[in-house]
Amino acid sequence: MTFDDVIAHLEARFPGGIREIRRALGETTILVRTELIRDVCRVLKAELGFNYLVDIAAVDRFTEQERFEVVYNLVALAHGLRLRLKVRCEESDPVVPSITPVYPNANWHEREAWDMMGIRFAGHPDLRRIYLPEDFRYHPLRKEFPLLGIPGSLPLPEKPESPAR
Amino acid sequence: MSLEQALRQGFFTTRLEALARWAMSNSVFPMPMGLACCAIEMMAMAGPRYDVARFGSEVFRFSPRQSDCMIVAGWCTYKMAHAIRRIWDQMPEPKWCIAMGACASTGGMHRCYGVVQGADQFLPVDVYVPGCPPRPDAVLHAILEIQRKIRERTEPVFAFPEKE
Repeated sequence: MTFDDVIAHLEARFPGGIREIRRALGETTILVRTELIRDVCRVLKAELGFNYLVDIAAVDRFTEQERFEVVYNLVALAHGLRLRLKVRCEESDPVVPSITPVYPNANWHEREAWDMMGIRFAGHPDLRRIYLPEDFRYHPLRKEFPLLGIPGSLPLPEKPESPAR
Repeated sequence: MSLEQALRQGFFTTRLEALARWAMSNSVFPMPMGLACCAIEMMAMAGPRYDVARFGSEVFRFSPRQSDCMIVAGWCTYKMAHAIRRIWDQMPEPKWCIAMGACASTGGMHRCYGVVQGADQFLPVDVYVPGCPPRPDAVLHAILEIQRKIRERTEPVFAFPEKE
């Protein structure tokens, strides 16, 4: 099986669902319509052998339209193929369907993307912060977040008095 | 009995305070707060090559109740700072603190929202060790500085209550 087979299969299953195909440096990237991502993943896993979800990344493109991008890296171990899927969402309503029902390990990756970039995953079973304290209110990998954070947003314990020496 | 006779028989006289400070300074038990790569150098210091046992600090205590010198080795996040402070509070007085390495001293290269820019923002640090990570000899030197601080302490080791 080659990438041409994968793309032909996907285009047959989702007519109009693929927005862009980019092949460069031996890597294939497919931009998918956001609402289709779960179904595309399901087809890729069940019918095309992409049984391994390597990682999910979130990108702040800092554009007016479709500011955030979610990147999925998939591997078909039996065929030796790597595929990169992308979906985009708007800043005003950054919601992407969760693919945790398809790939269970997407659970923590999606929590990371929510924690760092503030992208909500619709249908995620347990969308909590994964790194930062649960009462933290910001998403620090967004471009407008200041480098040293927002003063007072992460409380420190009080410094004890220096003991008498 | 004259002094010469007493010395010949193996006696010497000193003040109880001085004896206690000598004992305290030569039995500094470190609490290894190993948070990052500095902890590896800290372990090297405890190993046979650098051999902190020569200075009486070989007993790394993983229980804060039994230690009196916290070595903050590595960068502390804001989330971890609360745990470090709780361990510090469990250590009995008198206690000392070493900020080991650039990150524990100033935040180091981690100039970002998640890392405390210096452990002295929530701990009373006594000795700062520069380096990324510092060599084990540098940490040895920090322990010697702690020993000097203990010997030069003005607070009495023994506090006797006033007679009523």
